[in-house]
Amino acid sequence: MTPNAYQPLTREQMAWRAAQDLVEGAYVNLGIGIPTLAASYVPPGREVIFHSENGILGMGPKPEPGREDRYMVDAGKNLTTLVPGGCFVHHADAFLMIRGGHLDVSLLGAFEVSEKGDLANWTTEDPAFPPGIGGAMDLAVGAREIRIIMDHTSKKGEARILTTCTYPLTAPGCVKRIYTNLAVIDVTPQGLVVIEMIPGMTLEKLQALTEPKLQLTANWQPLTPPEAPKARAA
Amino acid sequence: MIDKQVKTTADAVAGVCDGSTVLVAGFGAVGVADNLLDALHEQGARELTIVANNSGNGDYGLARLINSGRVRKVICSYPRSGDYSAFLKAYRAKSLELELVPQGTISERMRCHAAGLGGFFSPVSAGTKLAEGKETREIDGRLHVFEQPLKGDIALIKAHKADRWGNLTYIKSGRNFNPVMAMAADLTVAEVDQMVELGEMDPEAVITPSIFVDRVVVVGAQA
Repeated sequence: MTPNAYQPLTREQMAWRAAQDLVEGAYVNLGIGIPTLAASYVPPGREVIFHSENGILGMGPKPEPGREDRYMVDAGKNLTTLVPGGCFVHHADAFLMIRGGHLDVSLLGAFEVSEKGDLANWTTEDPAFPPGIGGAMDLAVGAREIRIIMDHTSKKGEARILTTCTYPLTAPGCVKRIYTNLAVIDVTPQGLVVIEMIPGMTLEKLQALTEPKLQLTANWQPLTPPEAPKARAA
Repeated sequence: MIDKQVKTTADAVAGVCDGSTVLVAGFGAVGVADNLLDALHEQGARELTIVANNSGNGDYGLARLINSGRVRKVICSYPRSGDYSAFLKAYRAKSLELELVPQGTISERMRCHAAGLGGFFSPVSAGTKLAEGKETREIDGRLHVFEQPLKGDIALIKAHKADRWGNLTYIKSGRNFNPVMAMAADLTVAEVDQMVELGEMDPEAVITPSIFVDRVVVVGAQA
């Protein structure tokens, strides 16, 4: 246990938690980074169809050793697979699916999220490095529901869930749910509502790491993913 | 008899002028016409504007063009991908200009030109820094940003199979930007793994119809 008497979730545990909310039949886009991992943690027997911005509908888990195909990459350019029933489209159609509201959910990473659901995830305005948008702006306005997976605070311990984002926005008011390494938080018209917290976490401690006011829902649940979530095989 | 096949990659990129806009298909290292990019390097055209998703890798293909100072501007969605050191060096030296465009907006701007349309209103980037200075319009209660069509002087396409008319097929996620870029340039050049006889391709499986393709060159199977 840490001095705070709680153990933040690992990347895999955050991805596992987000994956549990993906329902049977949903068409889902996964952003690069932790969101990509979520594909491996959908419960067995549940069919979720993953979309990749580079023209894959029906993307599977990462390939088993020896089964790699260099023509199969995901949004982060990692090797991936196609599930039976999957198909390929070109970029304009891949983004038509995104922009046109055909995707049920997009899981994205973020630098910052505001209490109004504003998302900032494309630039920290560091002059030494170019910014990168990729498909984030398209996804943020196009997918029916945007859910974010991110560490609750920065590496320096600063809040990343803010009253107002300090970095330039990817899109205003698009985020519906935030999965952090400490809690699951819904963005509602009434403000931020905590629905789950990790063992040892309290609303007071979580509030200290969050800028806008948090409310704890009456029937909140403990956030307890498996210690080492089991990934689905290809 | 129509025969769009040319013998060498040098023939394929012959005539590209200084100042051209070059559509470079591919996503990361997949579906990129690296042989044509190297031929363009040999050809020597300068002051190029490159339209691509990323900004090149290592010191080959697009990265080589950048390292040789041939590129004036890059229009892309995500330059930070793989070993993008060639781009990063030029970016820090301010020797090239970056126009950052959301990925779906890049592809739709090209599709728009290909379709003969004068632009489109998109909700993407509305309310962000990227929309500053652009025309906006509220449509069905939602703010939209006007986007211009985007046209290439030449498109460099990576396909799998071609026939002598220029019908093309692709491999898996190697398709990506290729079909839309093939439609959006004055001159569309494809490097392919192999030629097949006219009529041999399943007509239901042709992804880029020959009308969009001007030159084809075989660079050998790499699969």
